[in-house]
Amino acid sequence: MEDKSNDLLEEVTGGEYKYGFYTDIEMDQAPKGLTEDTIRFISARKNEPEFMLDIRLKAFRHWKTLKEPRWAQVEYPPIDYQDIIYYSAPRKKEQLQSLEEVDPELLKTFEKLGIPLEEQKMLAGVAVDAVMDSESVATTFRSSLAEKGIIFCSFSEAIREHPELVQKYMGTVVPYTDNFFAALNTAVFSDGSFVYIPKGVRSPMELSTYFRINAANTGQFERTLIVAEEGSYVSYMEGCTAPIRDENQLHAAIVEIIAHKDAEVKYSTVQNWWPGDKDGKGGIYNFVTKRGICEGENSKISWTQVETGSAITWKYPSLILRGNNSTGEFYSVAVTNNHQQADTGTKMIHLGKNTRSTIISKGISAGHSNNSYRGLVKTTRKAENARNFSQCDSLLLGDKCGAHTFPYIEVGNRSSIVEHEATTSKISEDQLFYCLQRGIDMESAIGLIVNGYAKEVLSKLPMEFAVEAQKLLSISLEGSVG
Amino acid sequence: MLHIKDLSVSINGKTILKGFNLDVKPGEVHAIMGPNGTGKSTLAAVIAGREMFDVDHGEISYRGQDLLEMAPEIRAREGIFLGFQYPVEIPGVSMANFMRTALNEKRKYLGLEPLSGAEFLKLMEEKKNLVEIHSKLTNRSVNEGFSGGEKKKNEIFQMAMLEPKLAILDETDSGLDIDALKVVANGVNKLRSSENATIVITHYQRLLDYIVPDFVHVLFDGRIVKSGGKELALELESKGYEWIKKEANGVAAN
Repeated sequence: MEDKSNDLLEEVTGGEYKYGFYTDIEMDQAPKGLTEDTIRFISARKNEPEFMLDIRLKAFRHWKTLKEPRWAQVEYPPIDYQDIIYYSAPRKKEQLQSLEEVDPELLKTFEKLGIPLEEQKMLAGVAVDAVMDSESVATTFRSSLAEKGIIFCSFSEAIREHPELVQKYMGTVVPYTDNFFAALNTAVFSDGSFVYIPKGVRSPMELSTYFRINAANTGQFERTLIVAEEGSYVSYMEGCTAPIRDENQLHAAIVEIIAHKDAEVKYSTVQNWWPGDKDGKGGIYNFVTKRGICEGENSKISWTQVETGSAITWKYPSLILRGNNSTGEFYSVAVTNNHQQADTGTKMIHLGKNTRSTIISKGISAGHSNNSYRGLVKTTRKAENARNFSQCDSLLLGDKCGAHTFPYIEVGNRSSIVEHEATTSKISEDQLFYCLQRGIDMESAIGLIVNGYAKEVLSKLPMEFAVEAQKLLSISLEGSVG
Repeated sequence: MLHIKDLSVSINGKTILKGFNLDVKPGEVHAIMGPNGTGKSTLAAVIAGREMFDVDHGEISYRGQDLLEMAPEIRAREGIFLGFQYPVEIPGVSMANFMRTALNEKRKYLGLEPLSGAEFLKLMEEKKNLVEIHSKLTNRSVNEGFSGGEKKKNEIFQMAMLEPKLAILDETDSGLDIDALKVVANGVNKLRSSENATIVITHYQRLLDYIVPDFVHVLFDGRIVKSGGKELALELESKGYEWIKKEANGVAAN
């Protein structure tokens, strides 16, 4: 793993850039650094309409006036934003000929996750046999969605094919002025997903990025936009439960969700990017802005996240409950091991009457890691009878890790009810011995106990995700008690 | 089956068992009695492999193997079962899931195929009937919110599921009312066979009215000071432990 981070460092910092900026059309990569030229280059390479370039440039000019936020409970060395390559066209990775060429550690993890052989090959970058033709799967899948008028495509495609929708909704929930990373993303975003569910339509299947063509290599600055029209429903899953070792150091994504009257959106994600090695070297910095708005009456949005990867996680999937009687939910499991740091939580902003929100956060810290919950619950003056229930639990494994809770509560009217419960516990020696005495070994015992602890959240995940997420939790904590 | 020879055990430098000896053969039920703080629970924990105790001296062989060399989960898979005095709660883990994991790990160790969901459920119903548990306790999280009686019944249920060769019941009768006590004792009796052995650790004679032992040992100050048949338990009940203490001290004085 150390080698990988060195390679990356070299790729980013070293080597002379061989080609001029505009001249070479064959070039699939922008030179490192961030200037207006870089942004024009990205926009041109993607054949974007003028409006998109304008947004990018505005965002960039704004970003230059901002300072990187440092209020989170995480520590990392300064990031040199001029030392990063901001655009790199999806390149095919070097294909391996057989699974024997793949890192045995990676294969062991695949096996524990129970990933089918063909899928293992695909994930590890081995040439896949004709048996699994993912393109054809994806094509059938898309045509059945199209029949219902559902749009599910890459963000770039949406900009080209549905510019009016993109223009109408992009940046309405997370404007580029929102924060430093949101501005950066808006300026340089590479690709992402776009979902549009028309009025009254229930998506007949779980939408998963796994099935989307060109889902791979969307790059480090992803952007997702989900729009649910009146009375529609969609369950959207993002992420991959297999340990893909993305080598981009800095990730700054944006997710925006808009739910109109009576619409419901379920967003589930499992994140397991490279956390760095045991000594805390390498790993992804994940600085994400995710926000949804319950725009219409009786609308509902729920976030469910399982966070096990990344060296640093800075992520607060939030909801604005504007429509009367709208509902917001946040279910989260965040695991940190070794030297990982996570500062994650949510914001529930109650604007409408009778709005309700639920927050269930389960932090698990092991090794030398630090895990923080940071959340804001706010009810405004007009949010009569708003209700919130928050439960923030922390579980510690060992005595070198930390768990922190930073709840902020602002109540703006007399009829709101806000409840907050918090617990901190440790896996006890007694629990472990009880399992051992029944013939269950240490790793399985930790897996059982941790999954039991996180059950309330895991049960919110779509079925196939839940099973893999359970295994993932155990794997993430391997070797954490010894 | 189990041979304990000259066993000395300490925790944080304090010696608890001092030259303890015991022989258990298949088919036998041994009762170990004694006042509080004489090392009864320590004995159970050391046989099960709890690491907080230091074995300073002596040996334990179990079915021809050196037990002290075996990890606790291996001991369990080799057929040692400890019925806990204070069963722990594991929130969010259903009893059924817990037992299925345990059973399949044991089967894997023995080179057997794991039980399918249907087979497992069938076995579970069978064993629940055997130990007369008719509640929905297997759907609940392990011991979470169980009453004292339910926890102890649950230990016996797990014992029935795992079919141990050597079961050690550590103060299983403590905190039980008479009805629960009968249920527990019936379960143990039904599981008795010529192949397996049971060590019943208890403070009171009461349990031994229902689980009739072949041998009764009195543990005092870290060693067995008196052994006998089931009558010894009755004698203890009527005379109290003072009698044993005096006798033991007399022995020590000589």
